[in-house]
Amino acid sequence: MLERRHVVSELLKDRADAVVVTGLGAPTYDVAAVSPSARNYYLWGAMGGAVMMGLGVALARPEIHVIVVTGDGEALMGMGALATVATKKPANLTILVLDNEHYGETGMQQSHIALGVDLCGVATACGISNASTVRTEDELRDACKAFHDIGEPKYVQVKVGPEAPPRVMPTRDAVENKISLRAALGLS
Amino acid sequence: MNNSSWQQQVYDCIKSSEIRMIGYLPDAGHSQLIDSAKIDGDICDVLLTTEEEGIPMCAGAWLGGMRSMLLMQSSGVGNCINMLSLQQAGRFPMVILVTMRGEYAEFNPWQVPMGSKTQQALELCGFKVERVEAAAQAAETVQAAIDFAYNSNIGVAVLLSQKLIGRKSWVE
Repeated sequence: MLERRHVVSELLKDRADAVVVTGLGAPTYDVAAVSPSARNYYLWGAMGGAVMMGLGVALARPEIHVIVVTGDGEALMGMGALATVATKKPANLTILVLDNEHYGETGMQQSHIALGVDLCGVATACGISNASTVRTEDELRDACKAFHDIGEPKYVQVKVGPEAPPRVMPTRDAVENKISLRAALGLS
Repeated sequence: MNNSSWQQQVYDCIKSSEIRMIGYLPDAGHSQLIDSAKIDGDICDVLLTTEEEGIPMCAGAWLGGMRSMLLMQSSGVGNCINMLSLQQAGRFPMVILVTMRGEYAEFNPWQVPMGSKTQQALELCGFKVERVEAAAQAAETVQAAIDFAYNSNIGVAVLLSQKLIGRKSWVE
């Protein structure tokens, strides 16, 4: 199993001008820790909404790579979003699920993944054909090569360990975050 | 005097207000708007699996600078409750057109509980709510909702009453 901050660091290090939307909990802290940017939108709530928020940005700005970084529990709560993404097939959307098979924020209770559900299979079955699960350092290296390619929606589920690295907490002010991200995209 | 249908007038106002994305779940009362959006190359139409998907999608679209709107039935408002905290926390402009069930001449009692609470639920979640009873009010009310939402960074819902939409026929 891979270490989550290492995974996020490797996959986002060449993000350039990408917009990153983070699912609440550890993915928000991970992105704040290793890839802080005015082009990040950090969710602290709205559980189940990260993929759809990323889809909204991606459809509005097809020239920008949009990356959703979220956890398995958050992605499971918004599972229907994978079907919706598949119908729109945005070329510029990448969904990264950091899968520790648990709900870390609430005390490490098991998620459906731990009980046998294949979420990557769900993404594939919905019609996101570029969907893969990453388990090893070699597979992570391969995933990094194509991670920022534009052309079709991508779903990357990475098996990470149960560790909880130190919390790095970005702004919890959703208005401030909205204004700063829009400004970074040239919007007033 | 505008002789086009109220649905066409609403669509014209959506277009002139530069709404570029419409997220929806089907409802008979929204069918003309949905059909218009689907054949309009300048509108991004997004079929949702549940209404709550529309809230973060519209917020995301606004982060990217695009105006959007949601179409749903009154029962779908209940599916959005927790997700509406995103609208309120981020003061995202948002417009929802809601076709009402569970009121005027309703046949199906299962529509009554949520239909009876739709306006209060939206208001509890911080939305401003306008209600349309007559066809002549529809386009002006939708226009006011769009202006209100995008000028004041708030959520506005327009409830299209069952009386306006007409009775649903249950017997062939």
